[in-house]
Amino acid sequence: MAFTRISRRHLLQGTAAIGAAGAIAGLLPGRPAFAGDVVVGFIYVGSRDDYGYNQAHAQGAAALKKVPGVKVVEEENVPETDAVEKTMESMINLDGATLLFPTSFGYYNPHVLKIAAKDPKVRFEHCGGLWTEKDPKNAASYFGYIDEAQYVAGIVAGHTSKTGKLGFVAAKPIPQVLRNINAYTLGAQTANPKITTQVIFTGDWSMPVKEAEAANSLIDQGVDVITCHVDGPKTVVETAARRGIMVTGYHCDQSVLAPKAYLTGAEWNWEGLYPKFGKMFMAGEPIPNFYRGGLKEGLVKVSAYGPAVGEAARKAADDAKAKLMAGGFAIFKGPMTDNKGKMVIASGQAHGQTDPVLERMDYLVEGVVGSTS
Amino acid sequence: MAVAAAAGTALGWWGVPLGVVAGAVRVSTPFLFVSLGECLTERSGRINLGLEGTLVMGAMTGYGVSYLTGSPWLGVLAAGLVGAVFGATHAAFCSLPRVNDIAIGIALMLFGIGLAFYIGKPLIEPQAAMLPSINLGWWSSVPPLRDALRVNVLFLIGVVLAPALVWGLKNTRWGLILRTAGESADAALALGYSVNLIRLGATMAGGFLAGIGGSFLSLYYPGSWNERLSSGQGITAVALVIFARWDPMLCFWASILFGGAGAFGPALQSVGVTEGYYLFNAAPYILTLLIMIITCSPRRTLTGAPAELSITRS
Repeated sequence: MAFTRISRRHLLQGTAAIGAAGAIAGLLPGRPAFAGDVVVGFIYVGSRDDYGYNQAHAQGAAALKKVPGVKVVEEENVPETDAVEKTMESMINLDGATLLFPTSFGYYNPHVLKIAAKDPKVRFEHCGGLWTEKDPKNAASYFGYIDEAQYVAGIVAGHTSKTGKLGFVAAKPIPQVLRNINAYTLGAQTANPKITTQVIFTGDWSMPVKEAEAANSLIDQGVDVITCHVDGPKTVVETAARRGIMVTGYHCDQSVLAPKAYLTGAEWNWEGLYPKFGKMFMAGEPIPNFYRGGLKEGLVKVSAYGPAVGEAARKAADDAKAKLMAGGFAIFKGPMTDNKGKMVIASGQAHGQTDPVLERMDYLVEGVVGSTS
Repeated sequence: MAVAAAAGTALGWWGVPLGVVAGAVRVSTPFLFVSLGECLTERSGRINLGLEGTLVMGAMTGYGVSYLTGSPWLGVLAAGLVGAVFGATHAAFCSLPRVNDIAIGIALMLFGIGLAFYIGKPLIEPQAAMLPSINLGWWSSVPPLRDALRVNVLFLIGVVLAPALVWGLKNTRWGLILRTAGESADAALALGYSVNLIRLGATMAGGFLAGIGGSFLSLYYPGSWNERLSSGQGITAVALVIFARWDPMLCFWASILFGGAGAFGPALQSVGVTEGYYLFNAAPYILTLLIMIITCSPRRTLTGAPAELSITRS
C-alpha cells in the first residue's frame, strides 16, 4: 500500500492503538504468582467434573495443588484446535506457568510440539501421546496401562454375571479401546470360559443419547454386567442402575452414581503421578520423556469393591491384582485367537505390558461379539 | 434385580424391532417438542434457528430447578418459561428493521449453549429428581418389553399436542391469524393485526415447547445434565420441520422416524450384526437425504412452505 494513502485519521488511530497495546503490555509483568511458586497449568478438553476422563485429571491437579510451592491454573473445555495453543501461550505468558499438562490426546500433535519448540524453557507433559526422539526435549508423554485394571474388573464381572453375557459400550475401535475390551473379556473368562462380551461402538467419545440407547439394547439382549470406554461413563452407569443390572466403571470412581449396582472400576491414578512429577520438576530431577506404567507403578488403580461383589470374586480379583503388582504377569499370551478364528498370538509367546505390539492392537479376542470395522 | 437377570429372556432378533420401536418412543420426544415449536414459529413467517440453544438451556434449567425444589414438574415448567424468554428475545430482535432472523437465531443458539454451560457447571455432579414414567407393559412377563413400554408423560403430551396443533391451525381464529402472518404480512396488516405481535407470540410458544423438550433430555432420557447432552438434536429438529413440510402431524411422524432410526445402529450391534456400524449409525441422515431428494423438484418451491419465510421469500 502506498504510504501517501494513509490519512491523518488512520495515523492517529494507529498510534493510539500501539500506545494502548504498550500500556497493556506494561501491566502484564504485574500478574505472575508469588516469587518462588512454580505455576503449573492444566488444560482439559471437557468439563472438570464429568465423572470421567477430565475429572480423573482434575483430581490429579487437585493433589498437586497440595504440594507446597505449587500454584495450579486450570482451563476447561479447550478444543483440540488452535485454541489449545492460545491457552498454552496465555498460561505461559500471563500466568508464568513453567510446567504444563495438556491432558487431551489430540493436543499433542501439532499443538504441543509447536509451542514446545517455541518455548524451550517450559516443560510440557502430555497424556497419551507417543513421544519420539525427533520431538522437542522439553515435551514428554506419559500414559497408564489401564487394561490391567480392566482385566481385574473383568474378573469381578465374570464372577458376578449370571447370564454369561457382558456388555461393553465403546466409542471407537482404536487400539487403546480394543485393548481394554480384550483385557476385560480375558479377565472374565478366567471365571467362566464361555462368557461373552457384546460390544457396541457409538462412533464418538461423548454421545449421551446413543450411549443410553446402546446400554438399553445390550440389557434387552440379556447382558447383566456392563462397562464402557467413553469420555463420560455417567450415562452408562446410571442407565445400568435404573435397569437393575450391574456395572463396572471407567476413568474414575462412579460408585456415588450407582451405590448398589457399581461393582468396581478401572481408574486412572493421576493423584499419585502428578504430585510426583511436580516434586521431580521442582527438584530439577529429569522426568523421562516417555513414561508408562500400570498398577505396579501406580498409574492406574481399581475402584473399591461394591456391596454386590461376592467372596469368590473378591479373592480372584485380589489374586490377579497381586500378580500384576508383582510384575512379570502377561495378560496377552498365546495361544490366543481373535473372534474370527485367526491366531493372533502364537502358543508359547507372551506380550508383556511394555511391548509396543500391544499399542497397535487391531483385533478382538475370542469371546467378544463385535467387529473392528 | 437378580430376578430380572435370572429370567434372562434374551430376545435375540426380536430385539431389533423392539429396540427400534422402544428407541423411537424414548429418543423422539425432544425432536417432537422442538419441531412442533419450530413449526408454529415458522408458520407465523419466521425461522428461529436458536432452538438448539433453547433446548440446552431448557435441559439445564429443568435439571437445576428439579434439583433445587425436588419437583421435576416444576423443572419442566421452568424450562418452558426460560424457552419462552429466549423466544421473546429472538422475536424482539427480529422486530427491528432490517434484522435477519437466521443470523439472530445462530447468535442466540451460541448464546444459549454458552450460558447453559456457564450456569450449569455446578449441576453436573448432583442428581436431580427424575420425571416419572407410565408403565404400559404391566401385562407382559418379558422384562425388555416391559421396559420398552415404560412411556414418559411428556411423550404422551406430545402425541396429543401434534393433532391438536393441526386442528388449531386449521379451525381456530388464532390459527387463521397465525397462518395469515406467515403467508402474507400485508394481508395481516390490512386486517388490522400487528405482525410483530403475532410472531412474538408464535416464537415464544415455540421457545416454550423447545425448553420442555430440553427438560426431557435432562430429566428423563438419558436423564442427567452434562455439556454434550444435546449433541445437535435441536438443530436436527429444526431441519425436521422442513422435512415435515410445516405440518405438525408430519413433524410427529418425522420425530418418531428419527428416534427409531437412531436406535437402529445400537440394536443391530447388540444382536451381533457388527459389520458396518458407521453406516447404520448414519441411518437417520441417509434417510433425510433420500426423502429430500425424492420430494424436491426444481420446478416449484417447497409445498407447504409459508410464503413469508426468509428462505422462500424472494
